[in-house]
Amino acid sequence: MSLTQDDVKKIAHLARLSISEDDIPSYEKELSNILNLVEQMSAVDTSDVLPMAHPLDMVQRLRDDVVTETDHHEQYQGIAPSVENSLYLVPQVIE
Amino acid sequence: MHNKTLSELSAALQAGEFSSIELTQSYLDRISSLDPQINAFVTVTEQPALDAAAAADKRIAAGTAAALTGIPLAQKDIFCTEGVKTTCGSKMLDNFISPYNATVIEHFNAAGAVMLGKTNMDEFAMGSSNETSYYGSVRNPWDINKVPGGSSGGSAAAVAARLAPASTGTDTGGSIRQPASLCGITGLKPTYGRVSRYGMIAFASSLDQAGPMTRTAEDAALMLNCMAGFDERDSTSAQRDVPDYTANLNESLEGLTIGLPKEYFGEGLDAQVGNAVEAAIREYENLGAVVKEISLPNTHLAVPTYYVVAPAECSSNLSRFDGVRFGYRCDDPVDLEDLYKRSRGEGFGAEVKRRIMIGAYALSAGYYDAYYLKAQRLRRLISDDFKRAFEEVDVIMGPTAPEPAFGLGEKSDDPITMYLSDIYTIAANLAGLPGMSVPAGFVNDMPVGLQIIGNYFDESRLLNVAHRYQQVTDWHTRTPEQFK
Repeated sequence: MSLTQDDVKKIAHLARLSISEDDIPSYEKELSNILNLVEQMSAVDTSDVLPMAHPLDMVQRLRDDVVTETDHHEQYQGIAPSVENSLYLVPQVIE
Repeated sequence: MHNKTLSELSAALQAGEFSSIELTQSYLDRISSLDPQINAFVTVTEQPALDAAAAADKRIAAGTAAALTGIPLAQKDIFCTEGVKTTCGSKMLDNFISPYNATVIEHFNAAGAVMLGKTNMDEFAMGSSNETSYYGSVRNPWDINKVPGGSSGGSAAAVAARLAPASTGTDTGGSIRQPASLCGITGLKPTYGRVSRYGMIAFASSLDQAGPMTRTAEDAALMLNCMAGFDERDSTSAQRDVPDYTANLNESLEGLTIGLPKEYFGEGLDAQVGNAVEAAIREYENLGAVVKEISLPNTHLAVPTYYVVAPAECSSNLSRFDGVRFGYRCDDPVDLEDLYKRSRGEGFGAEVKRRIMIGAYALSAGYYDAYYLKAQRLRRLISDDFKRAFEEVDVIMGPTAPEPAFGLGEKSDDPITMYLSDIYTIAANLAGLPGMSVPAGFVNDMPVGLQIIGNYFDESRLLNVAHRYQQVTDWHTRTPEQFK
């Protein structure tokens, strides 16, 4: 499995990662090598095997529908890069 | 003081031989004079440690001490600690002062343990050499030109260099066991779900598990007693009682059946490491254990499977780092997309970006079935190998890592070679089984670990098996020359 430089750019966009043009050739090579390693998986027929998402067979616990969280917004927003009137600030999204 | 085990320290504190303040200060002094050689700590919490030690001394005087009251510990910098910088080894979290405590930290606080500081680690726990940390490589106390292993490299090096009597680690593909092996200490990855993941910064949620890193199995039992337990804040926390892990340490190993997977002793294993592991197995036969060759036929698929499952889950988990709510934000973003992309591009290191991209690719439209679903099917085959094996044997043994510690920089340019450092540890994470690494000798003056894998929730047996070995060997007592 070999990726192209365009694939690398597309994946980086999907993952919302800026990568510099200079680094694209090395990502192309390293990601292709990892996918080649992973390619060993296809040698095994798994059509009858049930996928295992999780190591323990468990179901999600249910709990009573009551409020358990208390308000910590000042504490949590205190570590945010930019906050005003309890709102997280980002560059303007809507004109 | 620094050559005592946790149980010895606990007894000495109770007997008033020294106070927790004296003990804590002596470790802080060692850290300040010796840590510059190995870079095991990202943050040293001197004043909070001394305050906690003073509180512990009062508790000991009042006669209400628990086993770990007053004991100084080092915490991997992956556990959120309220009011203390929690970096996960990343520039992304260099400015992150956690607003809350991880459950593991709460348990230690409730027990009156003293936190000395936060230990260095591979960035977001992605690495096997501790070289991906934003805070620089940790060095192996046995040879400072070699890696300590990873990702819990700082925690392993701190215990090996006697800068802390014990520490915590996390293990997603071997990150407790492999550095324990390379640094000559004891490390235990419990069964998935045994220790709460709440407040432990997530890497791969179906694999991550926290555990103790100590000098002895007995100490690991004391630590696990404090760490384990159900937590409603972790949706995959195991709802079962926590036994006293020290209760069965001394049980006889007469008749214990040890499975040796032939796949763990083949190509890729350093011959001298193989010899050390075989010598350890003979020691077990002397203790009355019976050895049986077994096969885990899908072993060779563990690394490929892991490098789909772990990156896929990491790409999802690390999407929370967006430059908006906490952590690093780039300068002067022109729009929201630029804010996301540059904050993440500048905040994450190369290995983290590689894994996020592999994960994003494996989960992207058109590739999900071929990668993530395929990996989940193989995960079941790997897990079923163990289920069959545990019908015949009590524990499985083999090497923890294929070779002793390698040189700094030796593998950092080649991700694939680095990934193969975890060839023997990854399968236990995929299956969710508990595993330990126990010091079992030296090759070229570097420590070698014996890996012991147990059945689900059989940590007591693992600790018993490790403890009995440590009663008849002294590998775990060895200390690197310049840290004696």
